[in-house]
Amino acid sequence: MAALDQSAAQADSRKGRLIATPAALYLLFFFMIPLGVIVTYSFATRTATGRTVLTGWNLSSYDKLFSELVLRIIWRSFWMASVTTILCLLVAYPFAYYLATRAPKVRNILLVLVMIPFWTNGLIRIFAIRFLLGSDGPASQLSENLGFGTFRILFTPTAVVIGMVYSFLTFMVLPLYVAIERMDWKLVEAARDLYAGGTVAFRKVTWPLTRSGVIAGSILVFVPSFGSYVVPEILGGAKTMLLGSYVARQFGAARNFPFGAALSVVLIAVMLIAVVINQRAEANRA
Amino acid sequence: MSTTMRPTKWASRLLALNAWLVFAFFYIPIIVLVVFSFNGSRRVNIWGGLSTRWYPEVLQNEVILDALKNSLMVASISTIVATILGTSLALALDRYRFRGRKTLDGAVFLPVIIPDVTMAVMMLVFFAQVFRFIDSFGPRFQLGIYTIVISHIAFNISFVAVVVRARLGQLDPSLEEAARDLYASGWRAFQKVTLPLILPGVLAGALLALALSLDDVVISAFVTGPGSTTLPVYVFSAIRRGVTPELNAISSLMLLASTVLVLGSLFLQREPKSKTNNQGE
Amino acid sequence: MKLKLTGALLLLALVAAACGSDGDSGAAASCAVGETDGDLSFYNWADYIDEESIPRFEEEYGIKVEYTMYESNEQMLAQVDAGAANYDLIVPSDYMVDTMIAEGLLMELDFDAIPNATNISDEFQSPPFDPDHKYHVAYQWGTTGIGISYDALEELGNVEPTWGFIFDPALSGMVSGGISMLDDAPESFSAALKYLGYSIDEVMVGGNEEAIREAGELLKATKASLLKYDSVAYSDDLMNGELAVAHGWSGSFAAAIFEADAYETHVYVIPKEGGVRWVDGMAIPASAEHPCSAHAMINFMTDAQNGAALTNYVYYASPNEAATEFILDEILEDEGIYPNAETSAKLEFIPQAGELGLLMQDLFVEAKG
Repeated sequence: MAALDQSAAQADSRKGRLIATPAALYLLFFFMIPLGVIVTYSFATRTATGRTVLTGWNLSSYDKLFSELVLRIIWRSFWMASVTTILCLLVAYPFAYYLATRAPKVRNILLVLVMIPFWTNGLIRIFAIRFLLGSDGPASQLSENLGFGTFRILFTPTAVVIGMVYSFLTFMVLPLYVAIERMDWKLVEAARDLYAGGTVAFRKVTWPLTRSGVIAGSILVFVPSFGSYVVPEILGGAKTMLLGSYVARQFGAARNFPFGAALSVVLIAVMLIAVVINQRAEANRA
Repeated sequence: MSTTMRPTKWASRLLALNAWLVFAFFYIPIIVLVVFSFNGSRRVNIWGGLSTRWYPEVLQNEVILDALKNSLMVASISTIVATILGTSLALALDRYRFRGRKTLDGAVFLPVIIPDVTMAVMMLVFFAQVFRFIDSFGPRFQLGIYTIVISHIAFNISFVAVVVRARLGQLDPSLEEAARDLYASGWRAFQKVTLPLILPGVLAGALLALALSLDDVVISAFVTGPGSTTLPVYVFSAIRRGVTPELNAISSLMLLASTVLVLGSLFLQREPKSKTNNQGE
Repeated sequence: MKLKLTGALLLLALVAAACGSDGDSGAAASCAVGETDGDLSFYNWADYIDEESIPRFEEEYGIKVEYTMYESNEQMLAQVDAGAANYDLIVPSDYMVDTMIAEGLLMELDFDAIPNATNISDEFQSPPFDPDHKYHVAYQWGTTGIGISYDALEELGNVEPTWGFIFDPALSGMVSGGISMLDDAPESFSAALKYLGYSIDEVMVGGNEEAIREAGELLKATKASLLKYDSVAYSDDLMNGELAVAHGWSGSFAAAIFEADAYETHVYVIPKEGGVRWVDGMAIPASAEHPCSAHAMINFMTDAQNGAALTNYVYYASPNEAATEFILDEILEDEGIYPNAETSAKLEFIPQAGELGLLMQDLFVEAKG
């Protein structure tokens, strides 16, 4: 019997590998290898004319990471990503709570209303903000007519944060909604009976129960915000050089591929940390 | 979920207010955008009366039509391939135990979470290097539609896999065991029972892949070659050159297309969803 | 498994490096007049061609033109150098032609296929950056200065225009609108050098690293007064009020002012310290796959009427002598586009700066960060 089980398991394993192989191979060739190439490039040399040569492996690109300028850019990106994440959390949590506590029919309609902006092209949404925030755009015109003078938000860090929150808010709403909806409300009811006020019940019961949703949402907002390229390119100005744009520039006008690769490694590291945090959180929940 | 338990009236009002403010935040910029696409005047700050002149202009613009064609081609090919590969990956990871499964499981999550720009430069450098290598043997390759397709499939496999995996997790394993007893071969069991059960998930994954591919700016921008511009890349460079009413018109059209897509997908998903919901989750 | 993978990747990379070939240096083309060899891949600056030329070319020669745009010489160089995309025709600026010749990135032109090249006036026939006139044909020329609103000029006390509008905090502080600089290292450094009283040519050719670093510090300090760095939308933003002072190219301002009919509200000026004059040339990358089609396009654009159509749209100055009779009078008479002798004397070309070029790039990225 045990032998039968074992051979069944082996057949199972072979079948599993067979089914997984095409996709796994694809990911290997067109994701893992490119990842390897970029990491390799971070050790390459940049010639006096800006070309990249794959000899003379060195760490000079990584040295450059610790220069004051680069650290400032990394810090600025980290800071803005954090602000974006916290803002999203503050806004999305009550929003998701409200959604999850509606009657099913209302809930479905509201969900559709939430999904529509999510499914629309992200670029269009940023353009909408760009359109709105311009010095002679509708918002500015309105404010002028109301006597508040023209809007001067475009091309400032504020505009970038607004743009990022606008782009990524849904990524916080959805996991939170799922987590809140899945909650065992009987526990919350019990907590309400036990504790004097709703706030305490929230802190002691609701929040811990929804924590996995908070973590998932936060990661889904933080990582893209940290490496955001399109939003700062369109809404940012001189004052908001962020990591995403900075990396892109190394492969364009700045012609410093090894350094751009080293910066990418930083982004990849952040990404890996986020994955680990998420896996740990999932494991804890299980 | 019990409706007898409710937060206080005051808190409840605040929650509602917050929710409506969020909806306003989501929709007002979009609505303003659409309204101004009907602005007869070319300048943003002057309302030149209601006019639809920008729409025919946009719809007849060859550059835009070319970009749209490229986008649709890339999206459909990458979606189909990614859905097949992603679904098989999800099945393998969920249903079978094999060596390397854990690593693969973790690795699959990476393309989901990688920042756009990192993936973009990764693929650019990869292709540049591969082309240089191939060049030494003669054939000259350059970036084009196919490099965009390759890149899109790469991240879409993971998105599809994650979505289908979630769906698989919700299924009742006893159903499939029963199917395997009933049908002689595993393939029949798969066809008759598993596939229909996971179909909503597969469709959801496919739709997500489609949306992501149509949406993609950064990766496409970096691995695009001359003549393979996609619509978002076109819009992106147009936005950088300034705000024009044509852009408002293009945006409104894209919004319309997405909305139709969403409503359509939700409509499709409605029935199977209620069926499995009744199976006591 | 991860280890084997990394090993394989490194091996692959090293093999690729060993086997990879660089662009063919200085390959020469051989084409007949009007000969084409496939669709043309034309890589040009943004907003740098009129709307009719390409369709007319496509009709006349029966081939399609893939038109892609770039925003700076360096961006174009990065693309051509990386070799992942092959362009047939590019439009580098003077110093960039110099750089690309030196790096073997350009193809020698077959002037038998470009009979219209004789239309180009003599002063553009053997410039210092391509003395034997083998690698390029002049496209447009112009100047770099400041576009400014009359309102801002008033705020500044109607003084004689100076680069200090951008670089002097005392002056830039008086402007209530936004200020922008070109997202272009050589241009921005040249402006800074002029403001600091240097000669661009002396500094860059003479290898004056100290001066470059001084300019770099100035640029870094100036960032605080700027709204943005922009090479594409600055003239539009000047028109719509987002900007009050913009560092930019002559034709861009001229075209924007014409389109918005803003002659009463905005003007393009060359600061008293002088500025940059530049000439852009059509050139063919050594890696071009359809060089003959590219020659056909060059010949097409240097035709008298096509050359005039170009200038009449982009509002830059034309190097094409034969085109003069077809160019709008208002353009020929505009001193912003065709500066008078006095202003011209204060203008300098940006030369090829060799290693200082890379230093400027790095310092510029630093200044912006």
